[in-house]
Amino acid sequence: MADIATRVAYGDALAALGSEDGRVVVLDADLSGSTMTAKFARKFPDRFFNFGIAEANMMGAAAGLAACGKVPFASTFAIFAAGRTYEQIRQSVAYAGFGVKIAATHAGLTVGADGASHQSIEDIALMRVIPGMTVICPCDARETEAAVRAAAQIETPVYLRLGRHPVPMVTPPGYQFEPGRISTLRAGQHVCLAGTGIMVAACLEAAALLAKEGIEAEVLNVHTIKPLDAETLVQSAARCGAVVTAEEHSVIGGLGGAVAELLSEAYPVPVQRVGIRDRFGQSGTPGELLEEYCLTATHLAQAARSAVMARDG
Amino acid sequence: MDDQTRARLLDVARRLRRHVLEMTSLAGSGHPGGSLSAAEILSTLYFHVMRLDPQRPSWPERDRFILSKGHAAPVLYAALAERGFFPVSELSRLRQLGSILQGHPDRKKTPGVEASTGSLGQGLSIAVGMALAGGLDGLDYRVFALLGDGELQEGQNWEAAMSAAHYRLRRLVAIVDYNGLQIDGPITEVMSPEPLADKWRAFGWQVATVDGHDPAQISAAIGRAGAGDSPVAILARTVKGRGVPFMENRVEWHGKAPTPAQLEEALAQLEEVQARG
Repeated sequence: MADIATRVAYGDALAALGSEDGRVVVLDADLSGSTMTAKFARKFPDRFFNFGIAEANMMGAAAGLAACGKVPFASTFAIFAAGRTYEQIRQSVAYAGFGVKIAATHAGLTVGADGASHQSIEDIALMRVIPGMTVICPCDARETEAAVRAAAQIETPVYLRLGRHPVPMVTPPGYQFEPGRISTLRAGQHVCLAGTGIMVAACLEAAALLAKEGIEAEVLNVHTIKPLDAETLVQSAARCGAVVTAEEHSVIGGLGGAVAELLSEAYPVPVQRVGIRDRFGQSGTPGELLEEYCLTATHLAQAARSAVMARDG
Repeated sequence: MDDQTRARLLDVARRLRRHVLEMTSLAGSGHPGGSLSAAEILSTLYFHVMRLDPQRPSWPERDRFILSKGHAAPVLYAALAERGFFPVSELSRLRQLGSILQGHPDRKKTPGVEASTGSLGQGLSIAVGMALAGGLDGLDYRVFALLGDGELQEGQNWEAAMSAAHYRLRRLVAIVDYNGLQIDGPITEVMSPEPLADKWRAFGWQVATVDGHDPAQISAAIGRAGAGDSPVAILARTVKGRGVPFMENRVEWHGKAPTPAQLEEALAQLEEVQARG
């Protein structure tokens, strides 16, 4: 199967959901061709609102639509959604308790050539810290479609983190997505690889590399970073005694931060965080950037060996 | 508006002012200046203009009011209590731990509050969303947003203004509490938003300038809304601290509560001003 970008799956899912749920309205800020909301716009022009290059107003209007019983999906690039309109999301949406769905595309380094100004590597941290916010980062097209449907049923605000670059299908046909519940993709007992988004596929690749060395890795798809599935993570930490997190995001405040916070209190074991180490992105191809920022299966395998060594002293 | 109605709304405004003074004094903090300036605007909206049912705060067809200048929460709380959304006795719990009346409006805690505001510049966007939803649902409710004049320095207001005209939201009314003062001084000295009427007009709105302490003028301007194809901005000329001479046009009363002695004096002055008409 050809690789599909999660933003493309989002656009398809949204257009399908529009037929089933008349409450769904979609807002965009002059990026509908890139966020893929244009598909919904063509199908349901009356329920699509372009706000132009004015993200703050878009987010506030989404709050107002939610106040009147609509299920608004507000889309722009992650850097503008989580960054530029952080305070509108905090005040007008989350504090007020409005169930706006913030579907942010072009997250992470794999935006590619546009460079650091457009590469959001802080958005999970920014959204996760807001009380009551659900943060979901799907790993492939199938999971994205399920996450869009699930988000529409959640009455509180949801941040959906989506990517620009095509990614392989990781989840199996018939996959059951449950928000807040980790999906275990591979059984193992020597080290836990907990990934989110596009890094889930890299975790599976790393597990195959490690298996050749006799290290059996458990691979967890942490699609929901908040609320975090503490039960599954603690069980895995107890079973494996060493954990590696993987995200296309800063190691500060994202999945790695969330897992380290959890385990340091609930079940302390060595944790290695694979992610962007406190630096900005830059222009390059997605492949070059993942290599440059140490986000490949090879890097994950190395982190796993370090975590195992730390555990074994 | 007949004289009797006008007199009634002025009387309501006087009661709202009493509440504002008493509740901020009791709380020991809050924003009396910009609450007093908006008393007639609130009395006209909540006791004459708006389609409301306090027994059904989420009635889909109700008119919506967004206090974008959220620091004027005391006057909104006073209006909601007087209108029957919750008991007047709650007003004495303003800003206390566990109170339904937070320092700035919290829609989850206070019956009748439509949006959580306080961070300036965000209310008009929410009102735009509500007006869009009304259009989608074929409901004819109106949406009112009360903005501060200093608040208009926040750029988001102008994004919202642009979108309201673009989407022809003729049931949207923005009222500017045009009292000319903000925390650091006169708005024209801090960062002039002038010429305000021209700006709103240039953004595609109908504009009316009224005496913001005259219910008849406020009501008439609102009554003209909805006739055309565009949203309406009402520049309501007001006096910050209105009704209490020692607070009027004094910047320091933006965010300071009266002491018990000052409260006594303020209430006495309020009665005198009212008696003079």
